[in-house]
Amino acid sequence: MRSPETYFKIRKLKNSLFHLVVLISAICVMAPLFIVVAFLLQKGASGFNLDFFTNIPKPVGEIGGGMKHAIIGTMIMVSLASLIAIPIGLLGGIFLSEFGKGKIATLLRFATDLLTGVPSIVIGIFGYLLVVIPFKSFSALAGALSLSLIILPIVIRSTEEILKLIPNHYREAGLALGLPRWKMILFIIVKGHLSQLFTGIILAISRAAGETAPLLFTAFGSLYLSYNVKAPMASLPVQIYNYAISPYKDWQSQAWTGAFVLITLVLGLNLFARTVFGIKKLRRK
Amino acid sequence: MELDIINDSQKSTAKSESLIRTPSLPLISYKGQDKLALFFLRFCALSIFAILVLMIGLLFKMAMPAISMFGLDFITSSDWNPVEDQFGGLAFIYGTVTTSFLALIIATPLSIAMAIFISQILKGALSKVVSMIVELIAAVPSIVFGLWGLFYLAPWVKSTLTPFLKNTLGFLPQFQGPSFGIGILSASIILAIMITPTITSIVREIFNSVPQIRKEAALGLGATKYEMIRIAVLRPSLSGILGAVVLGLGRALGETMAVAMIIGNNPTISKSLFSPGATMASVIANEYAEAEGDLHLSALCYIALILFAITFIVNLAARTIIWHNNRRSQK
Repeated sequence: MRSPETYFKIRKLKNSLFHLVVLISAICVMAPLFIVVAFLLQKGASGFNLDFFTNIPKPVGEIGGGMKHAIIGTMIMVSLASLIAIPIGLLGGIFLSEFGKGKIATLLRFATDLLTGVPSIVIGIFGYLLVVIPFKSFSALAGALSLSLIILPIVIRSTEEILKLIPNHYREAGLALGLPRWKMILFIIVKGHLSQLFTGIILAISRAAGETAPLLFTAFGSLYLSYNVKAPMASLPVQIYNYAISPYKDWQSQAWTGAFVLITLVLGLNLFARTVFGIKKLRRK
Repeated sequence: MELDIINDSQKSTAKSESLIRTPSLPLISYKGQDKLALFFLRFCALSIFAILVLMIGLLFKMAMPAISMFGLDFITSSDWNPVEDQFGGLAFIYGTVTTSFLALIIATPLSIAMAIFISQILKGALSKVVSMIVELIAAVPSIVFGLWGLFYLAPWVKSTLTPFLKNTLGFLPQFQGPSFGIGILSASIILAIMITPTITSIVREIFNSVPQIRKEAALGLGATKYEMIRIAVLRPSLSGILGAVVLGLGRALGETMAVAMIIGNNPTISKSLFSPGATMASVIANEYAEAEGDLHLSALCYIALILFAITFIVNLAARTIIWHNNRRSQK
């Protein structure tokens, strides 16, 4: 039989041990982010210069090649994808939050859940089957369409969740003014909460900017600067992938620099959305 | 209603006297406008659903030659030979399932601990900062993790982790054989890193929804913090945690780029976790653009269809568990 004192000591020891384990686990979880960023800084920053942003790739061995074409390609395709997905996504989210009952809403909710879970590589195949095969050419348009399917469910979800949080008296006040419902939704519900909606949109865009798999066999990639949406177009993630698996040291270090630029862009957008708009949300309350 | 009547009568005369129409009365009644808006929204909703149906239909159509050629033998055969038009997907299914489960084994305890750390131990601003760091991990593009895995993690696994595992667990067949760095183990570690934020953020939400009064009750009975967390926080959340883990599994199954870069792309089934393998997503990423024959493309689409089906079932299971859990906690 253990005395109460020793029993209490064991309990306290267990408690301290638990705290230690949790702390170590937490460090293990957060460590990869810092290791990855540190590595990118160390390896990628060396190639980080003006050439990288103003030149297109040069043949192996020649120095001074850059990824201007890939950066511009990513911008074009992500903008196109946003143009397609954001309006539809906003409308879908509005539909779910304002008219969220009934069969069609259930159907949309189901489709959104499903679309969120579809592996990005399968979305890439879909883009290939839908656009590349009929037009018989890899194209930036196919890439943008695939990316739009990445953005779409994220925008629908975040829009629905944000609009659902708005108290009902906002809506009632609008209707009491004699507005038709659509005007109430558009000018009171949506317009009054634009900054929160933007957070979701920017998060979705930052996600799309880093996606590789949907672009592999839709936009395919290219080594030249191109503005033609009907032709293959380079993108930052695909360019990084192609350089990373190449055997040339030169290209591999370019891949590191590219990854550095990409992660700055993606994490920057993310932090921007979370902090700038997050503060606004707090102030409103 | 009255407004509508005025409006309708207005409309009937509007054609002839459209210039005299008073501007305060709209061309279409408010009710009509709302009906139009709702119709438009419904159209949008249905078109999103239609895209999904189209996706499944097109995949099915492309996979048809392979389905009719190999049938269900495709799932049980591991013979993948594009040169001789012989295709079986078992090796890829095995690779996907092994890496995903190994990733779950690593990620689940870490995620739960992380969620406890954020929601129960840290307070105020520090908790917010740490949870933002975790969410940033989720935002890192998978290509970046792949690059890092290829040039940093794989060599580390080869030089440090493998000898350690061989010395401690070497009696198991899973931990025997040569290591090249790239392989199933490295891919699983990368996957674990990538799904941890997903699981953590859901588990954290579940922990946050535990009523404060229960925690205080446990503490009031003299429980230590560890006992309080075990009794009042962990135990009632178990089914929710299961849902979060299954959702993490869904994410791991479909992850493509990081795995494709680090798994070694070798479609064989080997007991050793050190050996290179291939997953369903990685083989599509690697072979689709260069696939020569129609049957090869079709077989890859078949794999995509299977992958789609598996992730669909897993995600559905996760949603159901989480949904049930939410409903129960609301009561």
